[in-house]
Amino acid sequence: MKIHPFSGLASRWQAVALALLVALGAALAAPALFAQDMAPAVAEIDVVVEEVAAPAFDSGNVAWMLTSTLLVLLMVVPGLALFYGGMVRSKNVLSVLMQVLVVFSMVIIVWMAYGYSAAFTEGNNFFGSFTEKAFLRGITAETDADGLPEFLFIVFQSTFAGITTALVVGSFAERIKFTAVLLFSLIWVTFSYLPMVHMVWSGGFLAHKGVIDFAGGTVVHINAGIAGLVGAYFLGKRLGYGKEALKPHNVPYTFIGASLLWVGWFGFNAGSALAADAAASLAMINTMVATAAGVVAWSLVEAVSKGRPSALGAASGAVAGLVGITPAAGTVGPMGALAIGLAAGAICVWGVNGLKRLLRVDDTADVFGVHAIGGIVGAVLTGVFSDAAFGGTGLDVSIGAQVWAQTFSVLFTILWCAVVTAVAMLITRAVVGLRVSDEEQRQGLDIVSHGESAYES
Amino acid sequence: MKLIIAIIRPFKLDEVREALAEAGVNGLTVTEVKGFGRQKGHTELYRGAEYVVDFLPKLKIEAAVSDGTFEAAMEAITRSAGTGKVGDGKIFVVALDQVIRIRTGEIGADAL
Repeated sequence: MKIHPFSGLASRWQAVALALLVALGAALAAPALFAQDMAPAVAEIDVVVEEVAAPAFDSGNVAWMLTSTLLVLLMVVPGLALFYGGMVRSKNVLSVLMQVLVVFSMVIIVWMAYGYSAAFTEGNNFFGSFTEKAFLRGITAETDADGLPEFLFIVFQSTFAGITTALVVGSFAERIKFTAVLLFSLIWVTFSYLPMVHMVWSGGFLAHKGVIDFAGGTVVHINAGIAGLVGAYFLGKRLGYGKEALKPHNVPYTFIGASLLWVGWFGFNAGSALAADAAASLAMINTMVATAAGVVAWSLVEAVSKGRPSALGAASGAVAGLVGITPAAGTVGPMGALAIGLAAGAICVWGVNGLKRLLRVDDTADVFGVHAIGGIVGAVLTGVFSDAAFGGTGLDVSIGAQVWAQTFSVLFTILWCAVVTAVAMLITRAVVGLRVSDEEQRQGLDIVSHGESAYES
Repeated sequence: MKLIIAIIRPFKLDEVREALAEAGVNGLTVTEVKGFGRQKGHTELYRGAEYVVDFLPKLKIEAAVSDGTFEAAMEAITRSAGTGKVGDGKIFVVALDQVIRIRTGEIGADAL
């Protein structure tokens, strides 16, 4: 099979798009370069004053946040990569590893280019400013962002953007074109993730509604889960779905991946406290309890309904518990976390079985069944268990009112994400196409998209 | 000369090998194969998607024997590979036209 990489109309459009992107990058970067030249003269005067007055950053907080950033990175590489990698057939494992790694890396760059700016600056209810902190201009190593070095906050948040986007690829695995994954991810992170962050965590629309979302139940998990479902709907089913055995080729990989996710998630949840303090410790214990509950609940439900609990199920239960506690980690008490973990672990079994069959969408790695359903369960129950009566940190409104705010946020997230995903898929289909051919699916994406074979046979 | 192709249960290999050695057969080729006859497979369950696995792991033993050793070899395999339960396997016998020992160039019965 001869490959012609640079011929055809699609390639020419891609070349034009690339050239425009480079030009845009240069145009945005140029003022940033000039601005830094002018800063020193002004800064010199300020420095004298600051040396006397300004305290250093709290080293405990900074140390913890540096660590948390590392932990979340571990969740993606190799955590998520292996979690998904084990679930696909051996001829497609490299394609999954590639998609996770490259999408994550692309999003990091996007985050630094304009993502952080659009998410965390002042703007309207949906977006901040795309240009104010584009390419991180105006920020230095000393810049303070609410007690943390701003660069630290930026890099910590960048891992969230990266993992959320990387989560979605699990639904598309085994039949999507690599270029389609990249283009879709670029559009989706810009128009679904960034506004969600702004709306929930940066004083936007949902924050005004009083929504509690500590580490990203809506922003990350429901967002990614819905994107997986809707995207998989547009993408279509894998060849042989429903007829052939499309089995995980390496459940031990998935187990290792889930284990790394559990360990890393402490950075995700406890790190969202943005400090090494009581709130982080609460998030830590909640994360431990909820995950354990998720493992037990999923295994129990499987044992009762199928006769035997499976390793893949237990690993999935852990992830379900983790997803469920994500919005609640900082505001519920450990017993509330137990309840949420049990609920998420149990309900997500339905999410990947009965509900999945009902929806008739081929979601390869069950991103919807675990992340969306787990996220919804967690987000809504956050409204209940954050109340002081259940050992939570206490609510400003009644449980009913909080649950309504949570539910509203869930519904809004589902709607927003579904629409953006649909549009992103349609654009991607028009520009590069979505699926590989049937023959290419039979060969396997590792060979077709990457020219590689994972295992010597 | 005959080529005996026997499909047996994997754990029976050592017994069959010893029995064949006693019968005078000292060369074998063993391959790992999958197959089924009347033996049922098992069901695997991945997140609610049930897969029936029909193909069971077996071993294929190929041994070239002379007409004189043939009967003893067949009996040796049948005796040592059997457990009495469904899934014991089958033996296929194929007439062998020619055999050559590559190192020395010996042909026919001398090569066995």
